[in-house]
Amino acid sequence: MTTAVELVKDAPFTIGGRTFQSRLMVGTGKYRSNEEMVRAIEASGAEIVTVAVRRVDLDRTHDAGILHHLDPKRFFLLANTAGCFSAADAIRYARLAREAGFNEFVKLEVIGDQETLLPDAAGLLEATTVLVREGFKVLAYTNEDLITALRLEEAGAAAVMPLASPIGSGLGLLNPFSVRTIKRRLRVPVVVDAGVGTASDACLTMEQGVDGILMNTALAAAQDPVAMAHAMRLAVEAGRAAFLAGRMPRREVAMPSSPLEGMLD
Amino acid sequence: MIEVVVNGERRAVPAEATLLDLLGVLGLDPRIVVVEHNRTIVRRPELAQRRLAPDDAIELVHFVGGG
Repeated sequence: MTTAVELVKDAPFTIGGRTFQSRLMVGTGKYRSNEEMVRAIEASGAEIVTVAVRRVDLDRTHDAGILHHLDPKRFFLLANTAGCFSAADAIRYARLAREAGFNEFVKLEVIGDQETLLPDAAGLLEATTVLVREGFKVLAYTNEDLITALRLEEAGAAAVMPLASPIGSGLGLLNPFSVRTIKRRLRVPVVVDAGVGTASDACLTMEQGVDGILMNTALAAAQDPVAMAHAMRLAVEAGRAAFLAGRMPRREVAMPSSPLEGMLD
Repeated sequence: MIEVVVNGERRAVPAEATLLDLLGVLGLDPRIVVVEHNRTIVRRPELAQRRLAPDDAIELVHFVGGG
């Protein structure tokens, strides 16, 4: 982590045996242009960058692929299974992604509902079990339910990724208590994925003690994605530093900051 | 010529064509495309050996922007 002061001592951020400097991961979807996407990713300081697996468009093949714009030597490409509504589909997409030859990591999504895009816990567990057996490092996108998170860890997930709020909603961290509970109970890294809308959301999320955040729409749909990426970088660092610093206790009554002694008669 | 289904579309290819030939005809770089042939992933070194048969289903995928 890059910090303004050297006083903030943090443990390395390690997922599936790989260590990263940045606790912010970003997606590559929905940007207005590839050039803007690249500049936003650079401003975010992210090293892990998610991509999706889709059919090649046979009519215009030369600029659609993300690898024409992102250097896979510079960024750690994390393929997702976005758009998959069954364990079987997610497994198929994960295998195709691995065959691209970059790494054995997959951000596993098994979606259960078209309108909310909320995860299908049963399908997620099934796909995690199969993929872990095949040697994948599974980062499982899940809801903020502790029991599902525990089962995913037992199934061998390399990281568990509870949502802050639904994908693309920008509603921020709706359930800090549940996310904090998941972080407290799991041994594998907990990375909040989806729902962060602006810098304060990212900061509040990191203050819960989670290991990182993955976001896409908050950057891509900002009026200025590059400036928002910069803000998010600072917010993730600030939230992490505040968590490590340990906040003061909350009180329901006021307590003066200035001495009560020495007041005039 | 024979007909195969590539990414859901029927296409005519020469009889005896291999998957590598198909990528060549479509102008695709085998280094950035992953090939699935009748639901089985075909590794790059095997593309030149795998011959197409009528009505084979081929999926050609790559990485695109996504979250």
